[in-house]
Amino acid sequence: MKLSDMPAGSSGTVTSVDDSSRVGRRLSELGVVPGVRVSVIKHAPFGDPVEVRLLRYNLALRKEEAAVVEIDPASANGRG
Amino acid sequence: MRSTRQAQMDGAEHQTRTRVIALAGNPNAGKTTLFNALTGLRHKVANYPGVTVERRSGRWTLGDAPAELVDLPGLYSLDATSMDEEIARDVLRGSSASPVSPDAIVAVVDATNLERNLYLITQIIEHETPVVVALTMMDLFEEQGHVVDIEMLSKGLGVPVIPVDARKGTGISELADSVAGAVGTSQEIPTGLAAELSGEGSEVFAPYRYISGIVQSAVKHNDVDAHRFSDRVDSVLTHKFWGLLVLLGILLVVFQAIFSWATLPMDLLEAGFGALGEGARGILPEGILADLLVDGVIAGVGGILVFLPQIILLFVFISILEDTGYMARAAFLLDRLMSRIGLHGKAFLPLISSFACAIPGIMATRTIEDRRDRLATIMIAPFMSCSARLPVYVLMIAAFFGGQTVFGFVSLGAVIMLGMYLLGIVVAIVVAFILKRTVLKAPTPPFMMELPPYRMPSVRTVLSNVLERAGLFVRRAGTVILAISIILWALAYFPRGGAAEPGTETVASDQLENSFAGRLGHAIEPAIEPLGYDWKIGVALIASFAAREVLVSTLSILYNVGGDADETDGLASALRDAKRADGLPVWTPLTSISLMVFFVLAMQCMSTVAIVRRETNSWRWPLFMVVYMTVLAYLGAFVTYQGGRLLGFS
Repeated sequence: MKLSDMPAGSSGTVTSVDDSSRVGRRLSELGVVPGVRVSVIKHAPFGDPVEVRLLRYNLALRKEEAAVVEIDPASANGRG
Repeated sequence: MRSTRQAQMDGAEHQTRTRVIALAGNPNAGKTTLFNALTGLRHKVANYPGVTVERRSGRWTLGDAPAELVDLPGLYSLDATSMDEEIARDVLRGSSASPVSPDAIVAVVDATNLERNLYLITQIIEHETPVVVALTMMDLFEEQGHVVDIEMLSKGLGVPVIPVDARKGTGISELADSVAGAVGTSQEIPTGLAAELSGEGSEVFAPYRYISGIVQSAVKHNDVDAHRFSDRVDSVLTHKFWGLLVLLGILLVVFQAIFSWATLPMDLLEAGFGALGEGARGILPEGILADLLVDGVIAGVGGILVFLPQIILLFVFISILEDTGYMARAAFLLDRLMSRIGLHGKAFLPLISSFACAIPGIMATRTIEDRRDRLATIMIAPFMSCSARLPVYVLMIAAFFGGQTVFGFVSLGAVIMLGMYLLGIVVAIVVAFILKRTVLKAPTPPFMMELPPYRMPSVRTVLSNVLERAGLFVRRAGTVILAISIILWALAYFPRGGAAEPGTETVASDQLENSFAGRLGHAIEPAIEPLGYDWKIGVALIASFAAREVLVSTLSILYNVGGDADETDGLASALRDAKRADGLPVWTPLTSISLMVFFVLAMQCMSTVAIVRRETNSWRWPLFMVVYMTVLAYLGAFVTYQGGRLLGFS
């Protein structure tokens, strides 16, 4: 499932990031890499951007950008 | 660059040459706090050659040896996306394009956010310059119950790791010793990382795998969620409803402060410059030199410097909001709205600041990474009705709409004033929309932003930030303002009239009519007639290109009500009574609306032009700004006046 489709309060482990795109590469540099656990905290007042938590920090990104990240919502074993 | 290092290695200048140390790290890692702690409050701020990226440096000592500490722009990786990051990348790589060749790098790492911070370190240590890691936020780290084995961390990275607490001052001398020891050595990449990098997979994923290994062996994390406090605060501050309400409240407080608290120091400054002018006039022999100094230099520069209190106050607020971490939240809240017009969430604050004064607003656009985005924000900032427009609105409303109401209870003046503010906002949105699709065409830049934990603002950081900004305004804008003040003064002063009695008001207005400025006013009368203006308004318009509020004092001189701008009432009735040669009134309510519209849209502020010149590093953008805004102002006033007449208003 795409990170952009995850509802607030849900979490999962990153399975893949399209790091051929500029956005994907930037996100990976920020730690959004396979095996990392990501939880969705909330959406901004107008539905976008979205605030997520990973590797002990909070990151805000637009849904459009979150769409390059694939998440396995069933896996809670990612490193955090 | 290599040759400098060679010379230093050769040892001849080894003892005397000032070491250059670069300070690098992620944004929000505590880099600025550490920089201020290491160098004190006195910094040198200049631009890197040819670009608008700031080079901030200060004095540091390594043992007994003096060193220059250069604060690099914050960055997450060496894969640069902005001009700031490019500079930092070149310095950290030791590339031949680098404007600085450091003897060592101090890399700031936030202990509470190790993995992401260490990614940058894995990139820096691939290059030759020796690296020392300064581990910050250790107090918070320990408070959260985490434990780190510094030695193991240091071994894994292959660099010294020194825990520092910039606020308490611990670890500072150890850091200096370690850096002194590292100078002259060459950085090596740990074998484990080298193996990981040469293996399979992405070049970003590999370092993260390596970091994850180090962190797992060197750090024992307590599972209590570090962000619990910030998340609790954010449950209100970034709430869909309350978050917006709080933001509005904060803006109200900031505005209230700027408009009310700044009044006293502004009045004092004004009085001070007035006294200075009179003092100078008393000492100097009567004549052109005294007139130049008093009416040109002191009045011109003083007229701009009175805005300094507002600018300082605004920067105090901006610095506090930035240092606490709130600014990132404001951008998060409003990004959706801003991205609709093609701008970044970070553009919101500079635009809001511009309601007080476009200068700090434009200076605050530095936080916007994308160059075209930043330019678009700068280009529309002056449409926000700044405080210098207020005297103009106040005069026009007092003269033609005083005491009138709509619906029986709402003051018509307030409605018109609100209308002027709204006009500026709407035009700004439209212009941004057009610019982002034409001259500054670019896709809306990505929004990937850390929301750092809330922190108490550091007095030192706020103070040094405010001092720096205020200093820049005075120095950089000051020189241009001085030059333009003298030119405008000369336009109104020359050529000198006949041998009339000096000092009387009538003579002053005759002199002005006869001057180059007055002749210019007459010359442009045909062009501004369709806007409803006569030559006197023309003169006032020309003079107000220096600064908007000059309109009031110029009209005072032209209508012989004394040069004192406070006499709004006297001037207001003089405007109402003014008659043309054919007996019709010069000023009508429609004229005043047309003039207000002109003032909303026109670029009449030489300080802003000077600051845009500085911030964009070329004359192209400030000139473009003056031209397109003047054209818009003319068209706006034309449509207002002619349209109003067609609709039967007068």
